[in-house]
Amino acid sequence: MEHLSQAIDLSSPGTIEAVTCPACGLLCDDLSVERRADGALKVIKNPCAKGVKFFQYTPKTTQPRIAGKPSDLQAAIAKATEILGGAKHPLLSGLGTDIQGMRAVMNLAEKSGATIDHMNGKSSMRNLLVMQNSGWQITTLTEVKNRVDLLLVVGTDIVSYFSRFFERNIWNPETMFGQDTSSREVVYLGGRDLDTSHGVSPKGVQPTVLPCDVAQLPEVLGVLRAILLGKKVIATEVAGIQVSDLAKLAERLQAAKYSVVAWTASALDFPHAELAIQNIVGIVDKLNATTRSSGLPLSGSEGDVGAYNTSSWISGYPFRMSYRNDYPDYEPHHYATDRLLAEGQVDAMVWISSFNPARLPPSSKIPNIVIGHPNLELESEPDIFIPVAVPGIETKGIQFRSDSSVALPLKQLRATDLPTLGDVLSAIEAGL
Amino acid sequence: MLIKLTGGTVYDPAHQIDGKVMDIYVRDGRIVERPRDGEPVSQEYDLRGKVVMAGAIDMHTHIGGGKVNIARTMLPEDHRIDPTVHTEFCRSGCGHAAPSTLTTGYRYAEMGYTAGFEPALLPVNARQSHLEMCDTPIIDKGGYAMIGSDDFFLRMLAAKQDQNAINDYVAWIMHASQAIGIKVVNPGGISAFKFNQRALDLDEQHAHYQISPREVLKALSRAVHELGVPHPLHVHGNNLGVPGNVETTLKTMGAVEGFPVHLTHIQFHSYGTEGDRKFSSGAAAIAEALNKHKNVSADVGQILFGQTVTASGDNMRQFANASHASPKKSVIMDIECDAGCGVVPFKYKDQNFVNALQWAIGLEIFLLTEDPWRIFLTTDHPNGAPFTSYPHLIKLLMDKSFRNDMFTKLNLDAQAMSTLNSIEREYSLYEIAIMTRAGAARLVGLHDRGHLGVGAGADITVYTDNPDREAMFAKPDYVFKDGELVVRNGEVVKVTWGSTHTVKPEFDRAGIEKDLKKYFDTYHTMNMEHFKVSADEISEGGHSRVIVQECKGRREKTA
Repeated sequence: MEHLSQAIDLSSPGTIEAVTCPACGLLCDDLSVERRADGALKVIKNPCAKGVKFFQYTPKTTQPRIAGKPSDLQAAIAKATEILGGAKHPLLSGLGTDIQGMRAVMNLAEKSGATIDHMNGKSSMRNLLVMQNSGWQITTLTEVKNRVDLLLVVGTDIVSYFSRFFERNIWNPETMFGQDTSSREVVYLGGRDLDTSHGVSPKGVQPTVLPCDVAQLPEVLGVLRAILLGKKVIATEVAGIQVSDLAKLAERLQAAKYSVVAWTASALDFPHAELAIQNIVGIVDKLNATTRSSGLPLSGSEGDVGAYNTSSWISGYPFRMSYRNDYPDYEPHHYATDRLLAEGQVDAMVWISSFNPARLPPSSKIPNIVIGHPNLELESEPDIFIPVAVPGIETKGIQFRSDSSVALPLKQLRATDLPTLGDVLSAIEAGL
Repeated sequence: MLIKLTGGTVYDPAHQIDGKVMDIYVRDGRIVERPRDGEPVSQEYDLRGKVVMAGAIDMHTHIGGGKVNIARTMLPEDHRIDPTVHTEFCRSGCGHAAPSTLTTGYRYAEMGYTAGFEPALLPVNARQSHLEMCDTPIIDKGGYAMIGSDDFFLRMLAAKQDQNAINDYVAWIMHASQAIGIKVVNPGGISAFKFNQRALDLDEQHAHYQISPREVLKALSRAVHELGVPHPLHVHGNNLGVPGNVETTLKTMGAVEGFPVHLTHIQFHSYGTEGDRKFSSGAAAIAEALNKHKNVSADVGQILFGQTVTASGDNMRQFANASHASPKKSVIMDIECDAGCGVVPFKYKDQNFVNALQWAIGLEIFLLTEDPWRIFLTTDHPNGAPFTSYPHLIKLLMDKSFRNDMFTKLNLDAQAMSTLNSIEREYSLYEIAIMTRAGAARLVGLHDRGHLGVGAGADITVYTDNPDREAMFAKPDYVFKDGELVVRNGEVVKVTWGSTHTVKPEFDRAGIEKDLKKYFDTYHTMNMEHFKVSADEISEGGHSRVIVQECKGRREKTA
């Protein structure tokens, strides 16, 4: 198929259309990127701050390092193989990669008896624990784009994480079913100092903003759910929000034909945030008794949705699973990167971060191998650093979108000497 | 390299061979007539006294794609009771209701199955389905693209576009999603649920498009036929699980106006409303209608008792069933104005009246349907039971006394509502070979599989004849996949990766893409080109390759 085979010369200048951007979980695939003769890239259509930054990178190095000293790839792989071969319980973490990279991660993890976790494991688990506990009723981006009439955003402004969310999915000019999108209603519930400007409709209608500290959202959501369930609420105020305002919100949700309740788990950064998400799920569940409503857990950045999907189909479990026994074993609390390091449970770490040079490994005293973005802004020198091709720039790939239902191809946009993550991990695996 | 399988008792219904002692020769993965002059036999297997069949084909099994992976992700407790360990040949994983892809491939092969077809491949999710199927070892696979609640098709139908345009769209979908068939689930109903309709009967109007499921079925069954796609339209009807749905199912058989149609997991669509509990068996009426309508085939979707998980595109019905979940959780999704899904764990209990009667209804349908070429052995894995229970199901069909023993242990009220223990029929090995091999291959359109004729792919299963049919079918002596020995004594001895079967009907790409491109750019959140899964993506990593099965081309055209 012409859209995947890169028959064109990757070294000559030109413009590449329909480029998929993996800089966040929206995976916008309507970008145009210009390539100069020296390989530099520039987004020339549908830019956002994250996308521009992602594509404008040029590698500062293509050379691996051992203990800070430049080495060739074979020597770095040999040394990494030696470290993993000598480890009793290695940890493969970070996992910022695409599906092909994740397949190689799973192979290496099984071969080396490793435990895996993702750099977004903490926030992803808030969602996964709810899915495994109660399940949920959720929707996807194209449904939102064409159906939503009331968007309730919980604890975030969305745009801090997903820049083009409103532009692409809320204020789109046309919908499949003839809805006037400017009549869509937006409500922000919880959070402080949010950028709510994106929630203003094209006709200038202001969103409803009900601010509170994010950590108090469990109470607020509990009261909203109680109102919807018809329970008597005695308090008049919760976390600074008038209960009468929550009652009005409940009425609007019940009157809406297709409300969507959106959140991003990383913004809900307080202990047991999964219980707050559980309340969102309960709210959606109750609304569906009479009308239609769906949750929208926004995620997918750094390949987290692709990583947990790949791990699930290969091992049965999302990340925070281990091959330290002869079979896959899942422990969503115990197999957290921070905890394994703090408790001294692991004796070698491979940190993978291919998309974002700012996502760095946690500090540790155990032997560590860092494989990823050539321009990783490392604060301390790892035992081994191997730069690899960035999926969507220097190698093609496949990535899962926030809503998990859509996986999109990533294109190779320029020629490179960098190996892929799969090349490196397979070579290590072969040496074990 | 020439392999000789010597003296086995062969059941090959595609060639009317019913238990004949024969030698079979295999060269380079294919069955050949005999050695060339002077050609030595590299390896000989003495199969005297053994039963030889083609590799079995599961024509309806949920093995890859979004909803299956949701089922995997949400059921760690089910995986924990069935961990599968790393062996010399196999990688580790997990089994039971929603096994990991690796374990799925190994366990199918270990039961003598060499192909499985994912029946609900959402076109928008096709890439994920194929990724998972490519990571499913040994067996061949393929998928039926699920349409019929997708906005593009429904608006074509509402606009009364001509059948040729619909045919072009259907063909485009098959190419884009690398499918071998077309499936419709709760025709129009998945979409109707998004407009807050909670039920949609065959002649009920969709609130937005003002079209009925009957019109969906008519247009799609005709499209599949006119495109020359061998597999008839694969239909999961309206009203799954609803008491009284037998009437809907009987009407559905007529709704296709003579075009070929396959009604899937028909057990879930064969319920009456008689008796004190307003739930009864419609099996006799269904079997009678199947016997009469030669254009209709069905697979049963047998339920078997125990824990499983139901995973379906039918979010309308799964939402309604979520209150029966065990353990109590469910995932219900609206997907991309294209489809939906619902995943609900379920525990079928033999002392539960409804479950016990469901079990009996499935078996009644198997036993009352006369033509084994038009009825297929499935549990709708994992919806009725995990596929690993097939040997048990075969024993229920082949062994009347075993079946009756099981029946007498059921909920007594359910026993009183079933005629099962008065049915004498026992399936023969030949009939089992039809249902699970020759008939399945013919139904799916696998021209070189499901039989042992010269030129066929050498997917061959060898069993020890054992009156305990469950033991026999659970552990074949040998399984050959494309001529390679992959299983010995019920255990994997070599891991291969199988192929992906597709059809590629002819169509007017330029014509339909002109509309589709504009449609995607206006309404969707992805580029039309990215909707398409390429053959290169499937072969990447060497885990699969696309095989294009013959598609006869358009049979007729409207003016």
